[in-house]
Amino acid sequence: MTGKTRDNYNENYLNYVKTQDPPTQHFKNCASAFGVGGLICCIGQFIRYMFEFAGLSGDELAGATSIVLIFLGCFLTGLGVYDRIGRYAGAGSIVPITGFANSVTSPAIEFKTEGWIYGMAAKMFTVAGAIIVFGVFSGVLVGLVYLFL
Amino acid sequence: MKKGNTVFFKNSPCITSFAAVCGSKEKEGVLGKFADITLDDDMYEESTFEKAECKMLSTAISLAIQKGGYSEKDIDVLFSGDLLNQIISASFAARDFNFPFLGLYSACSTMSESLLLGAMLVNAGCVNRVVAATGSHFASAERQYRYPLELGCTRPPQAQWTVTGAGGCVISSEKKGVKIVSGTMGKVCDFGVTDVNNMGAAMAPAVAIIGP
Repeated sequence: MTGKTRDNYNENYLNYVKTQDPPTQHFKNCASAFGVGGLICCIGQFIRYMFEFAGLSGDELAGATSIVLIFLGCFLTGLGVYDRIGRYAGAGSIVPITGFANSVTSPAIEFKTEGWIYGMAAKMFTVAGAIIVFGVFSGVLVGLVYLFL
Repeated sequence: MKKGNTVFFKNSPCITSFAAVCGSKEKEGVLGKFADITLDDDMYEESTFEKAECKMLSTAISLAIQKGGYSEKDIDVLFSGDLLNQIISASFAARDFNFPFLGLYSACSTMSESLLLGAMLVNAGCVNRVVAATGSHFASAERQYRYPLELGCTRPPQAQWTVTGAGGCVISSEKKGVKIVSGTMGKVCDFGVTDVNNMGAAMAPAVAIIGP
């Protein structure tokens, strides 16, 4: 028997551990996530306006904006800046599209030492793989619902 | 002689020399000043963190041997381990030496296990001098157990850090230095802690529960 079973589960101890943990500062975390996440969105909106000004529209506009944001996310990860932003911002920098770019780039950088194919390419999606699987899956579900409505 | 889980060494094996190498974060801590070599660069002039871990361990072992005034010929066996798969850095570090190697894996208690087994062998008179050593590296352990370093995820405030460092000591049958009088073999105690960031809480019951 492995894992959390009735034999080893010690509720008293787990409650004691919980009391010893330093409390999570929910308000501060929410505020910084809101601030940084909002700032990333503002930058996105600014880029969008600039592209609109340059004459793009519709899908092209949305695509170009995402591409720039993804590039910035990857670039800042490569410079070693994004994880510092993430440490401060929490969900604020994970939820936007830059966070997804970070979750693909960071294992790619980390596993580059194991080679280009078996390291970087194979391990690139260790973090983002779950997002892609469930993203595609929910896309299919929503598509089916949309088909029958 | 054994009482409960504790083994008593009547021939009192001694720790005659020791050496430690540690990283930059450890240097700032309270134990930093006791290390022989502190690294400013956690890569230790190597191309990967795993190689750096291996080099730290190898340096710690050879420094421990050197500080005791021994040469490689005086050492009978090396007990060593680390946190990576197939205890790879200990095995590669052992390549640098010309004495036998016995690999150990016991996670955070690898050092105490190597001391215990080394002392047992010396006490029994099987060998004269044993090197007990262990190393770990924050970056390589983090990559293996958790997330890539550059991933922008937050650490909960109770999260603990794996040490970047290595240490080794020579256990000898000579009567000088620190005497090892007894050693307690540990049991695995699982209280159901599932927080990957709070390893201290998962391990603490093992210390508290076994009596001497």
